[in-house]
Amino acid sequence: MRAILAIAQTEIRIGIRNRWVLLASIILLVFALLLALLGSAPSGATKADGLSVVVASLSTLSVYLVPLIALLLSFDAIAGEIDRGTLQLTLATPVSRGQVLFGKFCGHVAVLSMAVVFGYGIAGALVFAAGKNTGMAGIIDLIRVIVTSLALGATFVAIGYVASVSVRQTGTAAALAVAIWLFTVVLYDLALLGGLLASADGFFAKTLFPYLLLLNPADAFRVFNMAAIDAGVQAAGLAGGGNALPYLPQMAIISPFVWMAIALGLSTAILRRVQP
Amino acid sequence: MTMVLHTHNVSRRFREVEALKGVSLDVASGEKVALLGHNGAGKTTLFRVILGFLRTHGGNVSIDGQSPGSRLARRDVSYLPESVAFPKMLTGREIVSFYAKLKSVDAGQVAIALEKVDLADAADRPCGGYSKGMRQRLGLAQAIVGSPKLMLLDEPTSGLDPISRQRFYTLIGEIADKGTAILLSSHGLSELELKTDRVAILRKGELVANGSLAELQRSANLPIRIRVRSNSVDVERVHMRFGGERVNGESVEFDCARPDKMDRLSAISQLGNAVSDVDISSPSLDEVYRYFSRDDAEGGDKA
Repeated sequence: MRAILAIAQTEIRIGIRNRWVLLASIILLVFALLLALLGSAPSGATKADGLSVVVASLSTLSVYLVPLIALLLSFDAIAGEIDRGTLQLTLATPVSRGQVLFGKFCGHVAVLSMAVVFGYGIAGALVFAAGKNTGMAGIIDLIRVIVTSLALGATFVAIGYVASVSVRQTGTAAALAVAIWLFTVVLYDLALLGGLLASADGFFAKTLFPYLLLLNPADAFRVFNMAAIDAGVQAAGLAGGGNALPYLPQMAIISPFVWMAIALGLSTAILRRVQP
Repeated sequence: MTMVLHTHNVSRRFREVEALKGVSLDVASGEKVALLGHNGAGKTTLFRVILGFLRTHGGNVSIDGQSPGSRLARRDVSYLPESVAFPKMLTGREIVSFYAKLKSVDAGQVAIALEKVDLADAADRPCGGYSKGMRQRLGLAQAIVGSPKLMLLDEPTSGLDPISRQRFYTLIGEIADKGTAILLSSHGLSELELKTDRVAILRKGELVANGSLAELQRSANLPIRIRVRSNSVDVERVHMRFGGERVNGESVEFDCARPDKMDRLSAISQLGNAVSDVDISSPSLDEVYRYFSRDDAEGGDKA
């Protein structure tokens, strides 16, 4: 336990000192404020909670930015330590490989949490303070999107470790991480959209599509949040799909956690075979 | 003597390449052993086998009775790799403290380790600003924290200036005096004179020498070089008598086998006034090392 805490603490220290936390917070804050500014126009004409409308946009922002930040945090975790020679030092001590990975996971998730809480928290507070039509519902929506963003981020931190333990060079791990982001966040959705266009009323759209959404943690995150934010459904591109799901949309949040467990298990198994 | 490190007939292959061929090497508590060899001779491979990072393809290794890589063995071993780059934004104290926690060592040991390597004053500065020597000492500080039973140091003095090197070996000596077995790798013999108790030489994965420096010198049986100063009149006579080469018109230099040394000196003294001075030079440590690590050296001529 002491070793896990030491590893996590070191990752947090590095995250703060190399200005990762600051940079990621600013990126999230700037994008969140931009969306708040753009989203304030339609909310004025509706009775929806002003903050909830912004939160709906934030959940879409999270799908793109949070996995990217998480992967950029984690791709270097093992490959970088092999490159710098510090992994052999760490593994020469009595700490187990599972502990090394879990310690890093705790540290990286903490770094990500700081960025998401600062970025979205400050943006949410500003919208709440400036909005005329804000209330408790909006605050709950904001907290939900922050917490689920952390779950999504933690999942991609773990997925980043799979990339990091699979190769020995940091550069290759970085390329792998970018490819994972591109596939899960951009290409996967494009492929689903293509499938929907090709068979709008067929087996794909009615039976396969809802489950394919679950298969991708980023899409599952979007399904969960869009369904949860009543006021946000109009703003969501996938809102139409949410009504016809063959499962409770609340269950979609299980997907990132399942992927997190799979990715952590897989990366630990690969790390056990790595020669530092 | 209690053997801390025991390796017997260890072999390791990388595809077709035999990186270690039947290496047997023991290191006792408090003993300082230098492992020498060219790049690719198998030094780092042997370290990685001892650390449990690589499995052997033959033979066995034990660290204080434990198998390499086991939790108990890792508790007893400390390692300093040849090149390590600590996170630049962390301070020296944070880095040593990190490894102390991984080794479950008391936090009070951190300051002691930093003090020992003369880094107490710079301990709270980010290590990104440390010089090469300071970084090397920081690496050593993390290795000595927790009083390990066996220390593996992979070319710890590479890149250090002569003064830092001297201080490094003094520190190693102090650590060994407290009972730690030390196995350190190096490129050259000359820097190791009087610094280690024993020298082991690896050549293409084979242990070709294992003994004290004096034993190695005896075993190599390299000729001694004798230089006889004569005068312009008698130099030709001296040259005819002993052979070798003429130098500077008045001197003659020749090799002499170690057992023949006294006979040759007596022959020189019989030349009387034809000889004005005699210099005898033993083979240098680098020559001894070159002898054991040369490609055509006979295997198995262990000291």
